[in-house]
Amino acid sequence: MIRVSTVQEAVPGTQPEYHFPPYVSSVARSPRLPLIRLSETLTERTGPVFGHGLVRPQDNDLTVQHEEKPIGERIIVHGRVLDEDGRPVRGALVEIWQANAAGRYRHKVDNHQAPLDPNFSGAGRTFTDDQGLYEFTTIIPGPYPWGNHHNAWRPAHIHFSLFGAGILSRLVTQMYFPGDPLQPLDPIFNSVPDEAARNRLIARLDMNRAEPGYALAFAWDIVLRGRSDTPFEQER
Amino acid sequence: MNPTTKLIPTSSQTVGPFFQIGLQYLLDRAPVMQPGGQFVEIHGRVLDRDGAPVPDAVLEFWSGEAPTNPDESGYPANFRRALSDDQGRYSAVVLKSPRTKLEDGQAEAPHLCVLVFMRGLLRNLVSRVYFSNDAEIPLDLVLQEVPPERRKTLIARPDGPGFYHWDIILQGHDETVFFTW
Repeated sequence: MIRVSTVQEAVPGTQPEYHFPPYVSSVARSPRLPLIRLSETLTERTGPVFGHGLVRPQDNDLTVQHEEKPIGERIIVHGRVLDEDGRPVRGALVEIWQANAAGRYRHKVDNHQAPLDPNFSGAGRTFTDDQGLYEFTTIIPGPYPWGNHHNAWRPAHIHFSLFGAGILSRLVTQMYFPGDPLQPLDPIFNSVPDEAARNRLIARLDMNRAEPGYALAFAWDIVLRGRSDTPFEQER
Repeated sequence: MNPTTKLIPTSSQTVGPFFQIGLQYLLDRAPVMQPGGQFVEIHGRVLDRDGAPVPDAVLEFWSGEAPTNPDESGYPANFRRALSDDQGRYSAVVLKSPRTKLEDGQAEAPHLCVLVFMRGLLRNLVSRVYFSNDAEIPLDLVLQEVPPERRKTLIARPDGPGFYHWDIILQGHDETVFFTW
């Protein structure tokens, strides 16, 4: 027999559908035939383990990667990575990328008429610690226009990519900022039907972690699918 | 903890068009491998509904647990990330696990789990790739759950010694099988 999955089916409405016409790019790039329920074997119950040497200590501070400081409001973004049982996911690789304060990505296909910042690359990475905690120092990204529909603008966001214990725990998502008036207008944010789930993509201002005279802070916890304590978890 | 009190996993959002900023780093740290021994190259194209190449796909190949030589780079030999190019082409040298048995002794064919990310996908897709001519393919339990006429979309064809060709078709004729999980 194939082993029973340890990943629960998604709670309805908490994950976006692949085919979501308000997000125009989804129409030609999403499958139409039925997805087949995957009976997990050892392949899916395990996932890659990255050595900590892959990440440099300064990789979680996006404000120290150049000679000068980047333009923008400096912030600390931090939180916990948990599994579905509320256990910390330790040693999880977290990769982030974002636009600069003017809403421009350092990428060849970004043709937005906003300046690049020579002191901001917009990428970072770190591992969660033994409590599942991660932390980045960066700047608040700017909103930017995109071609989805007339006068479309993305709310400010930071892209997050995470690896959990198993390959099916893998998550790529976006963190948003509280009080952004563009969120109700954004088809990507609104692709999550469940309002509570959608709102969990929004970080909260965290004055306890803010550093007086230096940086505001935002807290954002992330829950990965599955359980982090499978028998196959390896020491890192 | 009672199952009803489980936390709800964070919602997925698209990787968008600018992921290379963040995801190239890991790609650059993967040891350069050549096909040979347990390693094979898989290459092919990523195509959309209209047969148009997808120039901005991220593919991740996971071999599962398999005997590997620890690498001092810290990069796992059984994981590879690949980005498609302007013509929608990708290639990755991956570990083809020699496993042909599940833990209870039933047959499984060598395969990899494949994750697909791109602008336009609000969640990643999950697929599997198998290798043509492996004797266990007719016996593989996951493949048997796939309608027979669609199984071929999961099987890479040989393209020279150590090389395989596998296209990912997101929608339409010969749409690749994707799994829900």
